[in-house]
Amino acid sequence: MNTVLRYSPPAIVLHWLLALLIFVTFPLGVYMHELPLSPDKLKLYSYHKWIGITILLLASLRVMWRVTHTPPPLPDDMTRWPRRASQVVHGLLYVLILAIPLSGWLMSSAKGFQTVWFGVLPLPDLIGKDKALGDLLAGVHQALNFTLLALVILHVGAALKHHFMERRPFMQRMGWGKKEL
Amino acid sequence: MKLTLHTLALLAALASPAASAVEYRTVLPAQSAIGFAFSQMGVSIKGGFKRFVAQMVFDPAKPEAARAQIDIDLASIDAGSSEADEESAGRLWFNRSVYPRAQFVSSQIRPLGNNRYEMRGTLTLKGRSRELVVPVTFSPGKTAAAFDGSFILKRLDFGIGEGMWADVDTVANEVRVTFRIAATGQ
Repeated sequence: MNTVLRYSPPAIVLHWLLALLIFVTFPLGVYMHELPLSPDKLKLYSYHKWIGITILLLASLRVMWRVTHTPPPLPDDMTRWPRRASQVVHGLLYVLILAIPLSGWLMSSAKGFQTVWFGVLPLPDLIGKDKALGDLLAGVHQALNFTLLALVILHVGAALKHHFMERRPFMQRMGWGKKEL
Repeated sequence: MKLTLHTLALLAALASPAASAVEYRTVLPAQSAIGFAFSQMGVSIKGGFKRFVAQMVFDPAKPEAARAQIDIDLASIDAGSSEADEESAGRLWFNRSVYPRAQFVSSQIRPLGNNRYEMRGTLTLKGRSRELVVPVTFSPGKTAAAFDGSFILKRLDFGIGEGMWADVDTVANEVRVTFRIAATGQ
């Protein structure tokens, strides 16, 4: 078999960059939230926001690329419901990687703290300062994040299952390996 | 004839308020405000004080004799968020249980022309007193006048934000203080 059932290089690069940034900024968000106010807390919040906006940017590219490029087909022997589940989980992941940083940006604006990307580029406040709305958006940001966590567990679990339990080189779909699928 | 002249003189005096010196001495708290802005991790944060007592006497004809005193209740702070409001009360910031108020007392007022003045005075904050030079713009209105000013206060001069908070890369040392005091002559 010579067919390479692999995502295109830009999709692969964006996938792993986003994975890396999400694995850094998610625990950072959980950790910083519990800290008492200190200069370190303010720094961590800024870093979290900078990474979040970077994710929003890369996720936008990822979703645009996904919309304009067909991903490699799933194996023919895959039955209907895992196929459907895969589509739903991927769809939700694409929505969340956009919605989560966007909810964080809006929450910051509502709480009266503008986002200045890397301390250099000020992003516009899309909504004004509003304490009640800020608290609501904080809840939304948190709920979306824990939904993402659950979906990422499913996503990684499914990839590992296909790769190791079904003994298919499934992860090469998003990998750099030379091995043909 | 004598009566008519007197009436005319009175009318003339009423018609030109500039001719009759108004001494502004009644501050209108609802139209007065004290705010500040500072940079935190490169992000501008705005705040202010809701409760303060301002006393002043100002006669545009005798600016040298003008006086002003402002007492600020530091508990009325809006530092940008409720978390920051609470933090600001602590020992490292205002140490509010020991120093509940900030006070400014003018010492000298000098006209610069064009309704602009230079006010010198002493600001006492957290037990430390420092001389300030503040530019003030006087804007007379129909019923009240506004006195607007703005200056940079270096928070570390007063020990505002000690210890870990003395790191000015996180919270800038420069705080822009802006005020508007409205007053009438009645």
